[in-house]
Amino acid sequence: MQSPSRRTLALSAFGILFLAAFGWIVATQGPLASVKVTLDTAKETRLERSLFGIATVEARRSHSIGPTLAGRVARVLVDQGDVVKAGQLLAEMELVDMDARFAAGAAAAASAAQRVHAAEAALAETGSRAKLAQASADRYADLRQKNFVSQEAIDAKAHEAAAAQSGRDAAVAALAAAKSDVRRAQSELAGTGKNRAHLRLVSPVDGMVTARLAEPGSTVVAGQSVVQVIDPASLWLRVRIDQGRSQGLAVGLPAEITLRSRPNEKIAGRIERVDWVGDPVTEERIANVVFDTLPAGVAIGELAEVTLRLPAIEKALAIPAAALQRQSNQSGVWQARDGKANFLPITPCVISADGWVEIRQGLAAGDTVIVHSTKALADGTRIKPVDALK
Amino acid sequence: MINLASRDVLHGWGKFLFTGVGLGLLIGATLTMGGVFRGMVDDGQVLIDNSGADLWVVQQGTLGPYAEPSSLRDDVWRGIAGIAGVAETGNAAYLTIQMAHNGKDTRVMIVGIEVDRPNRPGAPPYLIAGRPILQGHYEAIADERAGLKLGERVTIRRHDYTVVGLTRRMVSSSGDPMIFVPLKDAQEIQFLKDNDALLNERARTAANPAFNRPGVPGLLEAAQASATQARSVNTVLVRLTPGADPATVANEIQRWKRFTAYTKAQMEDILIAKLIATSAKQIGMFLVILAIVTAAIVAFIIYTMTLAKVREIAVLKLIGAKNRIIAGMILQQALALGVIGFLVGRIAAGLWGPAFPKYVLLLPGDAVAGFAIVLTICALASSVAIRAALAIDPAEAIGG
Repeated sequence: MQSPSRRTLALSAFGILFLAAFGWIVATQGPLASVKVTLDTAKETRLERSLFGIATVEARRSHSIGPTLAGRVARVLVDQGDVVKAGQLLAEMELVDMDARFAAGAAAAASAAQRVHAAEAALAETGSRAKLAQASADRYADLRQKNFVSQEAIDAKAHEAAAAQSGRDAAVAALAAAKSDVRRAQSELAGTGKNRAHLRLVSPVDGMVTARLAEPGSTVVAGQSVVQVIDPASLWLRVRIDQGRSQGLAVGLPAEITLRSRPNEKIAGRIERVDWVGDPVTEERIANVVFDTLPAGVAIGELAEVTLRLPAIEKALAIPAAALQRQSNQSGVWQARDGKANFLPITPCVISADGWVEIRQGLAAGDTVIVHSTKALADGTRIKPVDALK
Repeated sequence: MINLASRDVLHGWGKFLFTGVGLGLLIGATLTMGGVFRGMVDDGQVLIDNSGADLWVVQQGTLGPYAEPSSLRDDVWRGIAGIAGVAETGNAAYLTIQMAHNGKDTRVMIVGIEVDRPNRPGAPPYLIAGRPILQGHYEAIADERAGLKLGERVTIRRHDYTVVGLTRRMVSSSGDPMIFVPLKDAQEIQFLKDNDALLNERARTAANPAFNRPGVPGLLEAAQASATQARSVNTVLVRLTPGADPATVANEIQRWKRFTAYTKAQMEDILIAKLIATSAKQIGMFLVILAIVTAAIVAFIIYTMTLAKVREIAVLKLIGAKNRIIAGMILQQALALGVIGFLVGRIAAGLWGPAFPKYVLLLPGDAVAGFAIVLTICALASSVAIRAALAIDPAEAIGG
């Protein structure tokens, strides 16, 4: 009887083990299984807040230099990357008839000057004639008083004197006209000179050439740029921040800049300007960030990530952001109550950069909330708290 | 009274147990196949549930966003948000891509969600580790099946993303794990092309005389800038206010906004009845065949087991055992075999189920039904064996 009893024992042990395995499978899988969750408590903590945006490097001031009149490019003296000084000649437009017009203007001015001389000579001649006629008229008037000449002769002499005087007056007017002519011709000449000067494209600032947009021989219209010049010291970032997360954006906020070319470097900067006009299409705010010290070799158009540090909230009751859930249009948290999940509607306030949410109502310090779960929770779901789910 | 069946089983228990285990593995395979079928349907279902939407607004006349491509401008939500009954809207972009990770290509579905507030429509409803996306760009939440770790940086197309959270059971209708990224990044991933394509496109535009006219400076640049915009999304997810009728709101959107809107019931119909219907039927067909084969094998095993005991049954008959006792013994043994087989099968399916690359859903209802079917088959099979046993001549006990 010994051996069957041992066999029975072994078999029943096997059977129990077997049923236990089945029970374990049923309990850990399927609807009887409780949902594993991790818990955390609401606590008073310091909330570091930040804003994040994508930026491109831009020049604060970019000068597009081109002619004021349509024409053909004669020479381009600089190329991309050249350092230029204010007033330096960058390019020149073709003069076409500008020289000929200048020469014509100069000649006209010279001939006007000559005409002034002629008018002056005429004035001298008519002046002396008027003097002679007057003297002759005076002498005849004297002789008439002594009755040596007839009244008719005196009238003729008086008329001669008056005519000579009018001739002089005409010569004075002619001289004035000739002088105005000189001024007109000189102004015209100066204007032609200015137009000619505009064909020389000079740099308005000390800076660097960023683009050479037209080559000699190409025709450009008025206002089209031939050369682009920027001031490399004026490089800044144009950062775009999502409207929904732009609260607190203000001038002077410190910024942490990560250029795409050096992803492991954090460069300090701050907000210099916040645009009043946002982008209504992309729903973003736009701000400009300057570098505290401009790093070498930054390229215009380079992408950068900008993290703006908002003033921290020193002490706030907070829970992990992952604990914040939603139940039919109502945000709140799940709490563990008697081994079951229970939803508590609460309104979140500020969310910190490292994932903590400020709660002003509904929770007290030390209250436990469910952070992670292996399944979506519902009211009354059986839960099993664990340290970590993965 | 001595139970003949257990006595007989104890007599040859090794053989009986191994038969039961073998049978159990076969039943386990059948249950798993059922689980695969249920898992496929569930993949479609969780896709709908996890988006947290009551309505899906898609391009007019399409079955988007999961079953067909759909493209909407990303500002149409403004008009939809104003309709009575709409509580919240959320733009979403879906794109399945091949992601290189650790030298391996993984197929994942990129989901672009709005991240300006927590829990916007489309966001994963629960996490198993980490935190939600808080930054407007370059953060990601991954399904654990994507094989990513918390804090890891992963390159998707043009940019690197930091994994800040992990979630579970967030899959596309074909079971690919999802990676959630901010919407603007997803738009870039989906609509912005690679550098070569961009350069070629620029060259094409420059070669077009309509866009590159002498005397109109700036026209070419303007034309090229407008060509590289990423201003589309695949769907607008809509949450309704409590009490609002989904069909009414959907009708309103279709009628006045000129888009197509689907309610949850319609979406389920599209995804489960249409999109995965044929592959689910394929699996279902195989399941039926496997069930028939299992039934046949169970019947054969019990029949041959009985036939192996011809001599013993003949002796029983010889000593005057009643037919009822012999029939009871065979039936009990068959049912015991069925129970062992089912238990082994359920355990096996439970153990190897999670190792499958796609989700295997073992429903308790299926298990109960399977148990009933196994016992029925065992009972039917034993009836054939009983008939054979009763036909045995007692003389065989002495003869040879």
